[in-house]
Amino acid sequence: MASTIRVRATSSGETTEVQTLIQHPMDSGFVKDAKGEVIPPHFIQQLTFEHDGKTVFSADWGGAVAKDPYVKFAFKGGNKGDDLKISWVDNKGASDSTTAKIQ
Amino acid sequence: MNRPSETVDATRRMIVKGTAVLALIGFAGIRFGWSPAFAAANGKYPEDAFKQKSSEDAIKALYGKAAEASDKVKLDAPEIAENGAVVPIGVSTALADVTSISILVADNPNALAASYKIPAGTIPNVASRLKMAKTSNVIAVVEAGGKLYSATKEVKVTVGGCGG
Repeated sequence: MASTIRVRATSSGETTEVQTLIQHPMDSGFVKDAKGEVIPPHFIQQLTFEHDGKTVFSADWGGAVAKDPYVKFAFKGGNKGDDLKISWVDNKGASDSTTAKIQ
Repeated sequence: MNRPSETVDATRRMIVKGTAVLALIGFAGIRFGWSPAFAAANGKYPEDAFKQKSSEDAIKALYGKAAEASDKVKLDAPEIAENGAVVPIGVSTALADVTSISILVADNPNALAASYKIPAGTIPNVASRLKMAKTSNVIAVVEAGGKLYSATKEVKVTVGGCGG
């Protein structure tokens, strides 16, 4: 199955800029469907980025993060061709991970 | 089925155990200071902080203290968000020794939206997209050198992100 995670990590030599887009409904649990029934909460709770065996960035998310979440950050270090591992886990215990090459 | 006397015994044992555990937690708290007990300091998901309704309570649950306003925290948010379902919010700061950045939407059902950990070597500049139920103050909290700094900006929402 195709990964839910799309990453673009670009090294400028000194820093690596990371942009990530994840496919996820991010249901907050406050929205009702067309029948007026509450859509149960279903959202990513934790998102982690690892480079060279070290966590370079991690996110704790609530239901207020928008659907198909996007996040951008940058860290010092990282060379072209290095691996960047991204993983998430949601409130139902589902998870996904991928490894991207820094460009 | 338990006979009543056994139930009483079991309950008593549980109470004794509970007290012992509480005492241990108390000791640990005193020994290491309270900060490790707060979710922002370890890798655990801060469930409690995300359940708080007000931004003050959420910050308290996350960090154990209140934030002071600072012009060193830069909150990049639109004046008007046409679509509350996708509001781009960026936070950056010139402060040194940043360990975490959190974003709260004061008038959402649960104020805390996202909390990011910034390890040493990661640049304190994060952009992501949030949902906003209605026009509200957005609060960025930066933890730097063990202190909390915040910036607040009102974002007007024309179409809410929560509700049909």
